[in-house]
Amino acid sequence: MSSQKRAQYPVSWLPYALVAPQLAITIIFFFWPASQAMWQSLLVQDVFGAHVQFVGLLNFRELFADPYYLGSFWVTGEFAVLVTGSALIVSLVLAACCDYLIRGTRGYKMLLVWPYAVAPALAAVLWAFIFSPGVGILTYVLRHWFGYDWNYLLNGGQALTLVVIASAWKQISYNFLFFLSGMQAIPKSLIEAAAIDGSGPLRRFATIVFPLLAPTTFFLMVVNVVYSFFDSFGVIDTTTQGGPVRATNLLVYKVFEDGFKGGDLGGSAAQSVVLMVIVISLTVIQFRYIERRIQYA
Amino acid sequence: MRMKTFAAALAGATLVAAAPSYAATEIQWWHSNTGRNAELIGKFVDEFNASQSDYKVVAVYKGSYAESMSAAIAAYRAKNPPDIVQVFEVGTATMMAAKGAVVPVYKVMHDAGEKFDPKAYLPAVASYYTDQRGRMISLPFNSSTTVLFYNKDMFRKAGLDPNKPPKTWEELGADAAKIKASGASCAFTTSWQSWVQLESTSAWHNVPFATLDNGFGGMGARLTFNNPVMVKHIAFLGQMAKDGRFTYVGRSSAPDSKFYAEKDPCAMITESSASYGKTKKNAKFDFGISELPYHEGVKGAPQNTIIGGASLWVFSGKPKSHYKGIAEFFTFISSPKIQAEWHQVTGYVPITVAAYELTKKEGYYEKNPGTDIAVTQLLLKHPTKASKGLRLGNMVQIRNIDNEELEAVWTGKKTAKQALDEAVKRGNEELRKFERANR
Repeated sequence: MSSQKRAQYPVSWLPYALVAPQLAITIIFFFWPASQAMWQSLLVQDVFGAHVQFVGLLNFRELFADPYYLGSFWVTGEFAVLVTGSALIVSLVLAACCDYLIRGTRGYKMLLVWPYAVAPALAAVLWAFIFSPGVGILTYVLRHWFGYDWNYLLNGGQALTLVVIASAWKQISYNFLFFLSGMQAIPKSLIEAAAIDGSGPLRRFATIVFPLLAPTTFFLMVVNVVYSFFDSFGVIDTTTQGGPVRATNLLVYKVFEDGFKGGDLGGSAAQSVVLMVIVISLTVIQFRYIERRIQYA
Repeated sequence: MRMKTFAAALAGATLVAAAPSYAATEIQWWHSNTGRNAELIGKFVDEFNASQSDYKVVAVYKGSYAESMSAAIAAYRAKNPPDIVQVFEVGTATMMAAKGAVVPVYKVMHDAGEKFDPKAYLPAVASYYTDQRGRMISLPFNSSTTVLFYNKDMFRKAGLDPNKPPKTWEELGADAAKIKASGASCAFTTSWQSWVQLESTSAWHNVPFATLDNGFGGMGARLTFNNPVMVKHIAFLGQMAKDGRFTYVGRSSAPDSKFYAEKDPCAMITESSASYGKTKKNAKFDFGISELPYHEGVKGAPQNTIIGGASLWVFSGKPKSHYKGIAEFFTFISSPKIQAEWHQVTGYVPITVAAYELTKKEGYYEKNPGTDIAVTQLLLKHPTKASKGLRLGNMVQIRNIDNEELEAVWTGKKTAKQALDEAVKRGNEELRKFERANR
């Protein structure tokens, strides 16, 4: 078996030449900036770069002495669980419905994929308008028809709900595509056999489709967690700017605020290193402990 | 889309203007104006370029204030900055700390032999951008201040005199109660809570925002806005938020639109005088403008409010010929005619006394009542150490902290004293960080 896998190249440099472009991209666009961030996290400097001082781990010590920064961890964790959970569940249900249908799925599929083409910041603007306490249509409906006072600018729970909806909404399309193609890869004969044995759609889903989808679900979980950690700042910036108080102040938003707007390069680099460590360890945990339980078909 | 047509128009105009003078020195100006304001800037630049043949100013929109400032700093670090960059007022301390990166405006003007008198500018405007020795470091361009807008129709409905807006916070509170009782869902709100309710309100009551003359005296300033006057003011607003007379609708300029919203508008808002243009365009009702309210019985109040907006900074390291052109251009855009037009179209204050006088003479204030409030408020008294502006580093972070702590008051999570003490403590940490980075 092993001898079959090992292919021999006629010249020894060829495999290296073939992977070189990919390696170059990875090094230039991933390793180089990451190493820059690590180096900057050890410095204190003014924005113009006139006074650069090496301060060791001072930036990190300050971060972890700041109770507000530690609070952001909790909010980010909550946000990641809510976004990943809701985006996975909703898209799985939609994909299952779409897979179950026979006619009219084309239009349905197309409509479900559309939100993915919308940039996160734009998606957030749409949702912010709908839910705006000042001029939002839903705010108006909630207040005048249901007597519910919606103001996400004062209510932290509502603010978190809004950013979770705006972030998950976009991920649903992406997840939907993967789930649907995963379902269509499941041999029809398995489903048909189960149907002949008398199991209904729900039971077939629970005992055949969902277990066989496990690799897809696992992959999407990793992608969604990384998305909610890194890609969410556009949504926050256009809606809540981290508020009210600090209800939606995610780690990644603070990196952007302090570094880009505030000009605190060292502190913001230290935050991005922390974020990088979190995501790397989450991914390692997912691969080591969760992936083991998954049977690849 | 609008930017594109603007850029195309600009390109076309500069082509025409540049045709006879092939070797004109090009001067890059990065700014953050959009819409009507950007069109007007294009028009000014075209006029300047057509008026002479030695220099060609190229105005480039570089995104929001934060974006264009970051872009200019990054370009400086890459040794290719623009000649001029427009920086918002909270970036002032950062730019001033950058010794060697910028050339002070007084020096640009002096070296080029341009006539330049800081006294020609409104004192409250000039003082924000002037050093302790009275030398102007950056050129004021677009300045606004904090005023009260009120809906006259809603005043009438509540049985209030539409020509008698509240002068003090106590009156505003009483009026708000009557407006609420008349069935309105929002009586009062505010934009830019940190700028309006803390920074400008401090100046208005002549109480220092920070030690060392609000930071003008150099590094090492400490925030002092947890003083009894400000605690009383924030507690007052907190009480209004609690009993529903103050409706909080967000940070920065987001609440502006709540004043002219079709559904559930607010009857009163404290905001930037520069939102006059858009308010006038959108409001389908009769509205008035009045001074920022003050608290009765505070000694020295009202003093003068402080400005917001942006100024123009000149980068170092350019060939000598550029600075001559920059100086000529600065003289041009500070001229009464240009400044009066800028003031009347945008709602920013005229930055020179001459532009104010010209606007008055043209009868603009009679046709547009209330548009002179911002100027008279800035001119009310000569600025004191507590009212001439702020010179504090990491001001972006400090405003964020203020936002968070004030929101804790509006939601009833903290008392005014607790929130302001905490904001001062956290803000001081930001000041120490800034000093360390700029040592």
